[in-house]
Amino acid sequence: MLSVKNIVKQYANHRALNNVSFDIQTGSIFGLLGPNGAGKTSLIRIINQITAPDEGIVLFDGEKLQPSHISSIGYLPEERGLYKKMEIGEQVIYLSRLKGLSQPEALNRAKYWFEKLDMQTWWKKKVEDLSKGMQQKVQFIASVIHEPRLIILDEPFSGFDPVNADVIKNEILELNKRGATIIFSTHRMESVEQLCDSIVLLHRSKKILEGKVKDIRNSFRDDTYKIQCRPNDEIPQENGIFEILKRSVHDDYTELTLKLEAGKTTNEALAFLLPKVEILSLTEVIPTIHEIFVQKVTGTD
Amino acid sequence: MNKILLIIQREYLSRVKKKSFIVMTFLVPMLFIGMYALIGYMLIKKDELGDVKHVLVVDESGRNNGKFKNTPALDFAYSDAPLAKARRDFEESDNDFLLHIPKDGKNVLLLSQRKPGINDISTIESQLNDINRNDQLLAAGIDTAILNANTNHLRLDTKQLTEEGEEDAGSWIAYGVGFASAFLIYLSLFIYGVQVMRGVIEEKTNRIIEVIISSVKPFQLMIGKIIGVGLVGLTQFFLWILLCVGIAAAAGSFLLGTKSSDKVITEQTASKLQQTEQAKQQVQQQLSDTEEIFQALNSIPVTYTLSTFLFYFLFGFLLYSSIFAAVGSAVDSETETQQFMLPITMPLIFTFIISINFVINNPDSQLSFWLSVIPFTSPIAMMIRIPFGVPLWELLLSMALLVAGFLLITWIAARIYRVGILMYGKKPSYKELAKWFMYKE
Repeated sequence: MLSVKNIVKQYANHRALNNVSFDIQTGSIFGLLGPNGAGKTSLIRIINQITAPDEGIVLFDGEKLQPSHISSIGYLPEERGLYKKMEIGEQVIYLSRLKGLSQPEALNRAKYWFEKLDMQTWWKKKVEDLSKGMQQKVQFIASVIHEPRLIILDEPFSGFDPVNADVIKNEILELNKRGATIIFSTHRMESVEQLCDSIVLLHRSKKILEGKVKDIRNSFRDDTYKIQCRPNDEIPQENGIFEILKRSVHDDYTELTLKLEAGKTTNEALAFLLPKVEILSLTEVIPTIHEIFVQKVTGTD
Repeated sequence: MNKILLIIQREYLSRVKKKSFIVMTFLVPMLFIGMYALIGYMLIKKDELGDVKHVLVVDESGRNNGKFKNTPALDFAYSDAPLAKARRDFEESDNDFLLHIPKDGKNVLLLSQRKPGINDISTIESQLNDINRNDQLLAAGIDTAILNANTNHLRLDTKQLTEEGEEDAGSWIAYGVGFASAFLIYLSLFIYGVQVMRGVIEEKTNRIIEVIISSVKPFQLMIGKIIGVGLVGLTQFFLWILLCVGIAAAAGSFLLGTKSSDKVITEQTASKLQQTEQAKQQVQQQLSDTEEIFQALNSIPVTYTLSTFLFYFLFGFLLYSSIFAAVGSAVDSETETQQFMLPITMPLIFTFIISINFVINNPDSQLSFWLSVIPFTSPIAMMIRIPFGVPLWELLLSMALLVAGFLLITWIAARIYRVGILMYGKKPSYKELAKWFMYKE
């Protein structure tokens, strides 16, 4: 769908993007992650053709990005904004006509979306009379109304209450199911784990991590396990099978965090522990994207 | 192109639909007409509006006694008392002025309870001078009767030689039309230019800019906004002209309809009050004055003046508003625009002041020529010159240069604009703007 190849963007005295490359598969939900100032917005602006890269190229369906692609891309910027004094129905139609829809087409789809998100009664209202959450909904409609094949959402859930955040999330998933590719720029990691198929992590203008969410998490596994148990006996610290990283004692059980020594298996650890404790559960500790993010970002500082 | 049309449409409709636009459209002509009506009323009634002031004349020379003429504003009385006593009496009396003329007739002193008005002073002065001159002429053996007969006022009839023959030059009406159109251009460049700037700042602070320019090029948005606002200006002018023509036509038919009966009434009142022949003549004079105004107005080619006015408004506006747009893009709020306003306001104010003081009196001078061909100053300076007649080649040169200037300035402004609208939280300087200009696409 989209290939970003060796993009460099240089501003007067800092380099916003330094040789960044990645691919986005058609129909996927792609997470563009990074701390503030990593270069996410610069990259999104390049994909939206708001600015042009100094070096490198972006391919859309194998073609070099060009103005005719604008109508295939929908963009919800992080900084939301609408004309305050304009009626929102009129506003949505205006924005979708700028994306190339005809007047009747724009009107039909605007009506469809207003009904879908349960806001028909707002049609004649002005933006300044709406709450922030309502404005976000209007903005969301404006960014997807022309049925773009690529939707770029920059922090789409900020400003929504949990109920509306769920509504929007379901809409995003539905659009994705109907074939839209979605780029999702955020630093809210829990939503990334839920939604994204693959991610790229930018830090200080460079790509430092890329891949499928599952693969990345797996690659950060380090043979660490959590065991809930009721100890009957002392567990020796030095046992040649595992190392106890953490021990937390609760009312009716103890939780041990273990790291296996190289080449050992969980079965060996269990065999060693069985005589000494009553096992309640065993789970593998797989780092969350959030932990990987923090680890990667602080690790490279 | 289609998208520019959409933007123009939105910018135009959103402004024309505003209440303030409709209010302005009707209020401004009313204000102007009301203002002129008030001024006219005051000019006609000025003598009746003020109180009659009493002047006590203490004439030690004895040459002026009884020779002052009472006017509607001043009433003269004479006193033989010595100055010191007259002065004491004056302080207690309700006389407004005490005029003391010493024996030699020089060093005349006017004492007053309050600060005297300029009109009163000049009336007294001119009467004193008249009396003095009459005395001197009489002493030289000239009869005052001849003097009084010699008061006819001559008027110059001006004709301009053109290819079609003689034309009424109507210089003073050219003066008025030139001043009015230059003032209107000056004012509207500011009003509509600032509207463009506000629009740009609104889009930037609302952050809608990012959504819009992911659909259209910054240049399309800028030019669409400028043209949209320009059309609002043209609409407003058009409505104003329509309204004024309508009101003038109504007023004209009213005036012409009552004119003949007016004459009768004035004649009747004149005879009733047993006014002199002179007063009658004055009334006649006034009536022929209004006829003269209509004649002089006809000496101005309306279509020509109007079309050049529209041209200079449009291109002057395009030129200045693209600078306004660039300034709007560079700042985060309207309060920050101050530092960039100087290059816009300076040429405008400078031209306007030079124009109304110099160009209007010397429409064919070298300076006037240069001011009316340089793009930044030509919209105002040329409009001053147009009613006086401008050679065709000068007009074409000025128009061509204005269009060229507009293209150049818009190109520069667009390069600043495209970077500026996406910059937040930066305090821009001229150096910074130059840097933005140099950025490549």
